[in-house]
Amino acid sequence: MKINRREFVKRMSAGAAVTALAGCMSNAGRPAAGRVVVIGAGYAGATAAKYIRLWAPDIDVTLVERDAEFISCPLSNLVLGGSKTIRDMTVGYGGLAKYGVKLMRDDAVAVDPVKREVRLASGASLQYDRLVVAPGVDVQYDTLPGLASADAQSKVLHAWKAGAQTVALRKQLETMRDGGVYAVHIPKAPYRCPPGPYERACQVAHYFKTAKPKSKVLILDANEDVVSKKGLFMAAWNGPYKGIVEYRPNSELEDVDASTLTAKLQFGSVNADVLNVIPPQRAGNIALVTGLITANNRWCGVNWQTMESIKVPGVHVLGDATLSAQLMPKSGHMANQHAKVCAAAIIAMIKHEPVNQEPMMVNTCYSFIDDKNVVHVASVHAYDASEKTMLPIKGAGGLSDKANELEGTYALSWAKNIWADMLG
Amino acid sequence: MAVAVGCPLNAHAQDANSIRGMAATCANCHGTEGRSAGTVPGLAGVDKTQIVQQMQDFKTGKRASTIMQQLARGFTDAQIEQIAAWFSAQKK
Repeated sequence: MKINRREFVKRMSAGAAVTALAGCMSNAGRPAAGRVVVIGAGYAGATAAKYIRLWAPDIDVTLVERDAEFISCPLSNLVLGGSKTIRDMTVGYGGLAKYGVKLMRDDAVAVDPVKREVRLASGASLQYDRLVVAPGVDVQYDTLPGLASADAQSKVLHAWKAGAQTVALRKQLETMRDGGVYAVHIPKAPYRCPPGPYERACQVAHYFKTAKPKSKVLILDANEDVVSKKGLFMAAWNGPYKGIVEYRPNSELEDVDASTLTAKLQFGSVNADVLNVIPPQRAGNIALVTGLITANNRWCGVNWQTMESIKVPGVHVLGDATLSAQLMPKSGHMANQHAKVCAAAIIAMIKHEPVNQEPMMVNTCYSFIDDKNVVHVASVHAYDASEKTMLPIKGAGGLSDKANELEGTYALSWAKNIWADMLG
Repeated sequence: MAVAVGCPLNAHAQDANSIRGMAATCANCHGTEGRSAGTVPGLAGVDKTQIVQQMQDFKTGKRASTIMQQLARGFTDAQIEQIAAWFSAQKK
């Protein structure tokens, strides 16, 4: 029997009605589709966009990203060490198309949470039922007047967002004389990637050891002790990098003289040949202008069952921008886990289904001691109904015994899989 | 029980979704839906009993590992059964 389009539509509608009646009245028969806008296509945002479409292809997802390609912060210290190039950690956004994620190369400049609308730099605007804000961090120069100008910032790099700064810092290290000093300043925790600065010190030391053996690495840490993987990093600095790396705790930066590459500390100053200042950070600007920041003028408090802002309804915040739960690092891996909890919650909320009350998250952070040997820290987190937050599960998680090559292969495999998990 | 009278399908869907979410915590290293792109083994389509056995061996320390014994201890036996069943049902 031939069925024309009109007849087909009529029959489908009748079928749908029957299904709705026979099914569960609490959710079946409702229009399933909703509109989600995701701001930021990093570890958090790209994963959220992909997983919403993977689990609910009937929900419309638009992902707004200002950059042309994804460049990973994890692994980017290897560019400084010389064993990888920035291309090795660059992934295109093309893979998201097969999930039906609509990618918009644009910059979100404002959010109207009442009208549920995102305004873009291009002048366009996007309507949403649920908004995901995953802006990462912005570095804060306001406490460092010597770094206020663009010129000063181009001399004293942070390289805490992988990309042009990473490549420029590598160039500074390459042109530095042998016998010179590379000094890196670490801000007070919390900051993005707790073990990252210490891994960076190891990578620069690895480069110096092979290419510029008279040179030194000086770690100026504003914290009173090594923030992450202390024993494992100390073993490297007292082992293969003995005589190269010097660690100075309680070295909070008061200001910088970019013309002389001087770090001004509370007690005395330090001159360097390459000065790398990782400034304090806060949630990215769109979180600030949307009013999502709830803690210390820096971080966004969230409901950990849904990742929804505790302040602005309908807006979910992910990744480094969040006010971290207990022992939860600001890591790419964690951001990916935030995104999956958020994706599931958004789907449930849009479809009027119950939200999972007991989400779990896992963290794994690998750090490269040299070009092959790696150490990890891992943890498992579960929602605690009485504390209303994510708590680390006691007895789970831990550290490597020592740096080893097997975990070097795992770390590279991790990168491949997590990039595919978010973008492929 | 309200759920039984109301909508059993819905309760079932919620369980399925929370198991799917729990399994997704593994995907960072083992690939989306357990299909690995790296040297770490994939879990999609692997026999359930095999996954459960490996996880239990990690948990007890019977099987040596770098990271998996630390992560396996974060999951209850029941959760391991659920995750294993979920991955075994995914296509390779």
